[in-house]
Amino acid sequence: MKPLEEMSGTMNGKEAMESVVIKFAGDSGDGMQLAGTLFTDTVAVHGKEIATFPDFPSEIRAPQGTVAGVSGFQVHFGSSGVHGPGDAPDVLVAMNPAALKSNLKDLRPACTIVVDRDSFGKRDLDKAGFATDPLEDGTLDGHQVLAAPITSMTKAAIADAGLDNKTADRCKNMFALGMVYRLFDQPMDQTIGFFQHKFKKSPSIAEANIRALKAGHNYVLTMEAVPATYTVQPAARTPGTYRNITGNQALAWGLMAGAKKAGKDLFLGSYPITPATDIMQELAKHKWAGVKVLQAEDEIAGICSAIGASFAGDVAVTTTSGPGMALKTEAIGLAVMTELPLVIVNVQRGGPSTGLPTKTEQSDLLQAVWGRNGESPVVVLAASTPAACFDRAVEAIKIATEHMTPVILLSESYVANGAEPWKVKALDELPAIHPPVLTQPDPAWTPYGRDPATLARKWVVPGTPALQHRIGGLEKDECTGCVSHDPQNHEAMVALRRQKVERVADFIPEQKFRGKGAKKLLVVGWGGQFGTLFGAVTELRSEGKDIAVTHFNHIHPLPRNTASIFAQFEQIVVCELNSGQFANYLRAVLPQFTYLQYNKVKGRPFKVSELKEKFNELLAQ
Amino acid sequence: MSTIGTPAQPLFKPKEYASSQEVKWCPGCGDYAVMNAVQRAFSELGLKKEEVAIISGIGCSSRFPYYMDTYGFHTIHGRPAAVATGVKLANRDLRVWVMAGDGDSLAIGGNHFIHAVRRNVDMNFILFNNQIYGLTKGQYSPTTERGTVTKSSPFGTVENPFSVGELVLGAQGRFFARVPDTDVKLMAKVMVEAEKHQGLSVVEVLQNCVIFNDEVFDAITSKETRADNQLILEHGKPMRFGANNDKGIRLRGLELEVVTLGQNGITEADLLVHDATCASNVLHHLLAQMRLPDFPIAMGVIRSTAGPVFDADLAAQMKAEQERSKYASLDALFLSGNTFTIQPGTDKPDGTT
Ligand SMILES: Cc1ncc(C[n+]2csc(CCOP(=O)(O)OP(=O)(O)O)c2C)c(N)n1
Ligand code: SF4
Ligand SMILES: [Mg+2]
Repeated sequence: MKPLEEMSGTMNGKEAMESVVIKFAGDSGDGMQLAGTLFTDTVAVHGKEIATFPDFPSEIRAPQGTVAGVSGFQVHFGSSGVHGPGDAPDVLVAMNPAALKSNLKDLRPACTIVVDRDSFGKRDLDKAGFATDPLEDGTLDGHQVLAAPITSMTKAAIADAGLDNKTADRCKNMFALGMVYRLFDQPMDQTIGFFQHKFKKSPSIAEANIRALKAGHNYVLTMEAVPATYTVQPAARTPGTYRNITGNQALAWGLMAGAKKAGKDLFLGSYPITPATDIMQELAKHKWAGVKVLQAEDEIAGICSAIGASFAGDVAVTTTSGPGMALKTEAIGLAVMTELPLVIVNVQRGGPSTGLPTKTEQSDLLQAVWGRNGESPVVVLAASTPAACFDRAVEAIKIATEHMTPVILLSESYVANGAEPWKVKALDELPAIHPPVLTQPDPAWTPYGRDPATLARKWVVPGTPALQHRIGGLEKDECTGCVSHDPQNHEAMVALRRQKVERVADFIPEQKFRGKGAKKLLVVGWGGQFGTLFGAVTELRSEGKDIAVTHFNHIHPLPRNTASIFAQFEQIVVCELNSGQFANYLRAVLPQFTYLQYNKVKGRPFKVSELKEKFNELLAQ
Repeated sequence: MSTIGTPAQPLFKPKEYASSQEVKWCPGCGDYAVMNAVQRAFSELGLKKEEVAIISGIGCSSRFPYYMDTYGFHTIHGRPAAVATGVKLANRDLRVWVMAGDGDSLAIGGNHFIHAVRRNVDMNFILFNNQIYGLTKGQYSPTTERGTVTKSSPFGTVENPFSVGELVLGAQGRFFARVPDTDVKLMAKVMVEAEKHQGLSVVEVLQNCVIFNDEVFDAITSKETRADNQLILEHGKPMRFGANNDKGIRLRGLELEVVTLGQNGITEADLLVHDATCASNVLHHLLAQMRLPDFPIAMGVIRSTAGPVFDADLAAQMKAEQERSKYASLDALFLSGNTFTIQPGTDKPDGTT
């Protein structure tokens, strides 16, 4: 590492960049998630494209100062080219040696690194497992290091605010955030407003945070030698009103909007599990909108209460992650058999078993499509970005209620916790939802009588006069709806349930792909890895490569034109965060094509760079 | 929700609540009597067929909904309490009845059972206790008496059974009744009270399985012994029983005691008077615990006390939130807080908030 003064000559002045990746990293008690979120809100409100990637430790309080306890928040923002939260930071804020250590291998060349000089004592270095001080021993050669005495300067800045030491210590993150605001020439009013509002009742805390923020800002401003300040122009976007939204929040709001469009109350039966809990917590706030939330005694009760609510006429949802999904399996079969509308949200995380609770993975796809006893078809959808969670949730409710079927909606940790600007949708812009409700006595009606187009049965809810009937998990007669063990009837009902789900393909949009005219390589992805796959292919196309990408939100059934897209390419490579589940599914349903695979199962999202490398390799063959 | 009085003219006769389905329980099974009692209760309560939702699990007893001309849902093993909770929350006007066996509600569904009791959802839970798994042909259940030889316990069980009443009271249950399947009149009466009670009402039926556990309740229910072995509780009445109605229950220290009227100067004034509505459940526990041969088995409504009802409280919270909400619509929510606007023809954002 060179002293800053030596670098200042080359590094002064503003650098205009298309997009920048910043990572805030520190001990899980250092407030990095808050710093990252506040920064994101500011850049979003000022019109940048953004994508975020919060990365939590699994333990709520791992030993302080250790690598296991590092919490990170990565935000990618810019005027264009923001496909996902970025491969590696351009700017790293490391509040202690452990935070630096856990990010060392991911650093981009010539990265700007902001560290708290005060937290690099011998004990801190020991806890992080550094034998020597990385700020001194050449580890950071080639990077631009801004080693500010953050702890002591924060304390000095708020010395007379009347706070105890511990509370004062908690303002360090705001000092660092102030520094970052200055580096990127961003206004602080949004963040200042946040503290004024949040700590209305304890003005001294608000004041301390704001002072720390300003002190950090001024520190960078007055330093003679600043490595670089960056400016990023606002993104070019379609006109409209935007807000910053996480995947889980968008999903919760989409569920509310979908139920409203269906003209029904929303019921959620759920049990807390990372990374799905936020959806329940968000919905629990909105009793005013007629949302009923039951925090059940376990995941089985979560889904079973939802099935009961669906029987009785609510739009019913259950939310969970992999282990909870496993518990819900039998009840999903009940919803298949009774042909009740139900939305099952699985925010995937690393598995199997408890696996990697806070890390992302796409390894529950086959469980969703096939993982039940008996022939038990359901519709499977997947959300591609945080904002898209809204649309998928609305669509899941539309399909579930109009087709009288369970719908599994797959999200993933990366999408659920990530954030991006969402162009706010008015309810009027959303598709109408018409559940096949029957409220009047009809002599032609039978419990399993079907709509000729969708094959959906009617939704007749208890309380409806003269239409009393019984449903249940035992096979029912196709005509009368009474229990039947007749062999012909069972085979007919198995086929009907399958066809009903397959026919959903007549009602979903056609599959699109980017890369008209390309022939050589088709990149296939699904779910939450949209941003990076799209980004990598876009970059390669701008380099003149013969490559295209198609990304699936509709997993089961597949869009009708899928085969006609696949047929246009010499090679197909399926990229996913598992060992090849979508590829194997495609081999089963569209066996006429050969599928290459690119897989990653590290609990981490794809990086644009590794994808490009792989695609270049395939293109060179 | 129970605003039912006894109608002058019943809407339907008991038999008119039956569906057209052929009933397939074994001849002589106690489930028939339970169904008769339920139909009588519905008739007496004047229930409309469409306002009733009968939710069951899996087991012989759980076939119940198919035989009733109401709405019905034969769900999966152990989960009817959870399904029924969702039904009630979706539509509080429904009269929700859960029908479940001892295995269904106390083994695989034990967790849902105690949580339904704890939440106090306004519904009725009829627990068909035949102390055996009927449908799977005779394995021991969580209520099978210790030492019983069954197909899965050829040397007798070495497990302690649950006592349904104590479990319900331990989970803060507010309505618990016990009835024998041999007394249709008492069953019907108790079921009417269960429906009128606001909150979760558990009715344990001692139900004879003629095939796999015949006569386990004989000492309690047989003509010869039942008067001496059953104490039929009535709220506000002294606890008297016996073939000559000369026995009674009195409290001695922290324990109950069977006494004979006229002996040692004992009069009716010495006997306990049943108070089903008492807030403390200590005496209810003692009554639920009574076992042969030292004590008669307590029948009738052992406990019935008012308390916060989950679905009512949730509805009240929702109403209050609707009244004080700062959002007029979902659109207003979506536009609340920090937003920014991109104007047509510019790529600069304008304005925040
Ligand atoms: C998940 C599951 N496990 C096991 C079974 C098999 N099974 C069906 S009913 C039953 C027990 C029935 O006993 P109980 O609940 O006491 O009802 P009864 O037949 O005695 O009325 C069992 C074990 C099942 N249907 N589902
Ligand atoms: S097996 Fe027992 S419980 Fe089942 S129907 Fe026959 S008698 Fe009744
Ligand atoms: Mg049983």
